Amino acid sequence: MATLPAPLEQLIDTYGPHLNFEPPGGFAARGAPDRRVETHCCFCGQQCGVKLLVKDERVVGVEPWEEFPFNRGKLCPKGVKRYLQNNHADRLLHPLVRTGRGFAEISWDEALDLVAERVQRLQRRSGPDSVAVLSGASLTNEKAYLMGKFARLALGTRHIDYNGRLCMVAAGAANLKAFGIDRAANPWADIAATDLVLVLGSNVSECSPITTDYIWRARDRGARLIVVDPRLTPIARTADLYLPVRPGRDALLMNAILHAVIRLGGVDDAFVARHTAGFDEVRRAIEHCTPEAVAQEVGIRAARIVDAARLWVQAPRTMLLHARGIEHHSTGVDNVLSCINLVLATGKIGRPGCGYATITGQGNGQGGREHGQRCNQLPGARDIENPVHRADVAARWGVPESSLPRTGKTAPEIFEAVHSGEIRGLVSICFNPLISLPDAAFTRAALERLDFFVTIDVFLSETARHADLVLPGSLQEEDEGTVTSAEGRVIRIRKAVDPPGDARPDWRIICDLARRLGAGDRFDFSGPAAIFDELRRLSAGGVADYSGITWEKIERQMGVFWPCPALDHPGTPRLFEGGRFAHPDGRARFHAVSYRPPAEDVDEEYPIILTTGRIVSQFLSGTQTRRIGPLVAHQPEPRVELHPRLARRLGVADGQRVRVTSRRGHLELCAHVVATIRPDTVFIPYHWPGDRSANRLTLRAYDPLAKIPSFKVAAVRIEPLPPGGDGAPAPPGDPVEGGAPSPPGDPVEGGAPSPPGGVGGSS
Amino acid sequence: MILELFVDANRCIGCRACEEACSECPGHGGQSMIHLDFLARPTSVQSAPTVCMHCAEPACVAVCPADAIRIDPDGVVLTAMAERCIGCANCALACPFGVPKVLGGRELMVKCDLCYDRTAVGQKPMCATVCPSGALFYGTRAEVEDLRLARPLNRFHFGDAVVVTRNHIMAPAASDGVAVGAPAPRTPAEQHLEEALW
Repeated sequence: MATLPAPLEQLIDTYGPHLNFEPPGGFAARGAPDRRVETHCCFCGQQCGVKLLVKDERVVGVEPWEEFPFNRGKLCPKGVKRYLQNNHADRLLHPLVRTGRGFAEISWDEALDLVAERVQRLQRRSGPDSVAVLSGASLTNEKAYLMGKFARLALGTRHIDYNGRLCMVAAGAANLKAFGIDRAANPWADIAATDLVLVLGSNVSECSPITTDYIWRARDRGARLIVVDPRLTPIARTADLYLPVRPGRDALLMNAILHAVIRLGGVDDAFVARHTAGFDEVRRAIEHCTPEAVAQEVGIRAARIVDAARLWVQAPRTMLLHARGIEHHSTGVDNVLSCINLVLATGKIGRPGCGYATITGQGNGQGGREHGQRCNQLPGARDIENPVHRADVAARWGVPESSLPRTGKTAPEIFEAVHSGEIRGLVSICFNPLISLPDAAFTRAALERLDFFVTIDVFLSETARHADLVLPGSLQEEDEGTVTSAEGRVIRIRKAVDPPGDARPDWRIICDLARRLGAGDRFDFSGPAAIFDELRRLSAGGVADYSGITWEKIERQMGVFWPCPALDHPGTPRLFEGGRFAHPDGRARFHAVSYRPPAEDVDEEYPIILTTGRIVSQFLSGTQTRRIGPLVAHQPEPRVELHPRLARRLGVADGQRVRVTSRRGHLELCAHVVATIRPDTVFIPYHWPGDRSANRLTLRAYDPLAKIPSFKVAAVRIEPLPPGGDGAPAPPGDPVEGGAPSPPGDPVEGGAPSPPGGVGGSS
Repeated sequence: MILELFVDANRCIGCRACEEACSECPGHGGQSMIHLDFLARPTSVQSAPTVCMHCAEPACVAVCPADAIRIDPDGVVLTAMAERCIGCANCALACPFGVPKVLGGRELMVKCDLCYDRTAVGQKPMCATVCPSGALFYGTRAEVEDLRLARPLNRFHFGDAVVVTRNHIMAPAASDGVAVGAPAPRTPAEQHLEEALW
């Protein structure tokens, strides 16, 4: 049973989130560091270079690393303050087992034995697939590889998937279909060298801030900027052309832009004929998508759509960038394909300053989706159903091909199966689905049905509170390894300090578990370097070929772009040069995209579009960033952002508490009335738990191919609450986070940040 | 070669990396000497960092009764000397840019001194090093003129009064000075949102 083992306030009191504001001993005591460790930020896919300052074997601060070419010292506030996750009072220091009154510390031997016994008992009773593995895209390449191998060889389950399912899979699936490879087509340096940047569904200023610099460097040379977004984000504010698209209509808009491009004579016929296939179907499919015909539905005047097409045709070199804004949809893959269609039709790819990229969101969102922790994938971005790929990997792992499991369930499907009782046990690392999956009430109900749930984490996340067993793992700065940035650049994560207390490096925990499960001979690694070496060799001949990449080469070159198929190969910063694509015939594929409306559209009962996303001071489910005081202080609570016209109609004033209700549940939060969003759309950031969780409102609707959730469109209604807010009786509903309401005045759950100095005790 | 700070509010994305980085500077004790404001959030996402502009004839120096604020040979207006500052707040009231703050409890004036610790050893100020949008740039005037379309200006018109500063702000190429207090024109993007169909 995985209900909360103790009252929520008791768990929060013991395990946080509490806020850390200062290095150990305070700023005055910091002094000069003993060493500076050149590594990378632990948060988003930009993976900025940064130096961690270490004193007395503790991380005490950061300094910009100006020599690293991607960000040249630039950082966002998360990168500056990330070191405050170290020496944190909430840090898990010992294995914890659920008791009748909370969690109790146990030894590693007891903990590992318990996992083996419970997992094996479940698998004996209900089959190998009754246990699933959930993994994460913040893990290094080494750990991502290890998790896939662990699931297939040690557990023998076909169900392993990762939280990149909530991030990159729509773009990945579309890229694979169109190009035969899933990687940003161009290095970021090409953004600075282009003549037109088209950004769709990406609040780059908040979600990938360093990309802002690349866009401005292009504009300093005279490049134009078009931004497509329902919100007037900081980068959109300065755009030459801003298209405030109605959420869920991206593919229709892109079809209309392509239609206008064709009408303007902008198709590169030679490129299309020589390097692509399928354009005639696209041309036919969008015949009716004139800017005039779609204007009302996409929410943009036809003249502006034509303006976009004209700017695109006129620019000799273009860079099309998109992110979750067009991908988090029940039509996510189609939305991406509609963008790629425009790029291919105009031949604007595979040249310096000219191409296409999806802006990967998670820290290792790229590498984390290549090496086998996805339900349908084997290392080297191989296909688990491809007989050649299966035989290759099985031979190198030294197992019969027939023993390799087949395609498993995606992360959302795993939760559906947990809910239905088909999956009884869960082994999880680096994933906080209670906050990050849609329809949080359903996720919680699923967690409560598990027979056995073990999780490896650094803090007791909202999801980990439901575990039977919690194993204290390592922070990014506590282990060696590599990640692959949004550019496709493989870079080195360097260890700054040891894990504190009894906490252990993640790879060691996984290998120890494998040993307990009787697969020790296949997990006999001396450390991450040995794991990388196996991954590197095994990727040879795969799509994501790392075989020519070594840690030493990464350090010498400040990163190596894959594919890199030989030790003397320099890596491949730009794909598709000369119009050579990764499909066997070398041609890119067009895909005709017929517009489908969002899975849940507005109606009389729920007349407002809800879209969700991130803010600059928080990262994903907030397990780390909701513990960093200065970041929490930026915006301690989520607010619902709405346009003054909508606010007037609803009778809502700025700052007033409102109730936002969808078919799944409701939230009460403060209104932020701003004229920088479409009047038919409201926005709520999703980083918070419980009664502040935007994902209580979102729906379990998925892209049919990629299974990415529709986080960017849900239908809601909004009612003002009486001033003061607290007096309003809440309708009955289940508090998703876990039962008891937050105690008044709790520093984190209640809202106001606690004063500096509250946390900072050593491990 | 004179290194100067150039502020381009048009590029500012409001992320507060400058504030957070400033607070990490040795000697700042976790306190930022730079502040970031959203100028009119109900209608715009425009934000702007405020740093000490290091005036050629600093009002803060002129009004300090304790003679606590010194100007170094490079024209950097330094934070008030702790042993002299009497916390009277004259400087805070006099500054045309609203920069100096008097710290409650300590009763001392604090403000940006252009990262004296870092610039003295050839490093850029923390804020300009980390700024992810280039809203804060540290370098020579020739560099910034070479890299950007916007032009650096350091003459500010407060009504009839003109203030000349060591730091520059970046402005559209045609401008020759900044009329402080003039309303910001609506950007094309703000106009495009106004036209949206819904």
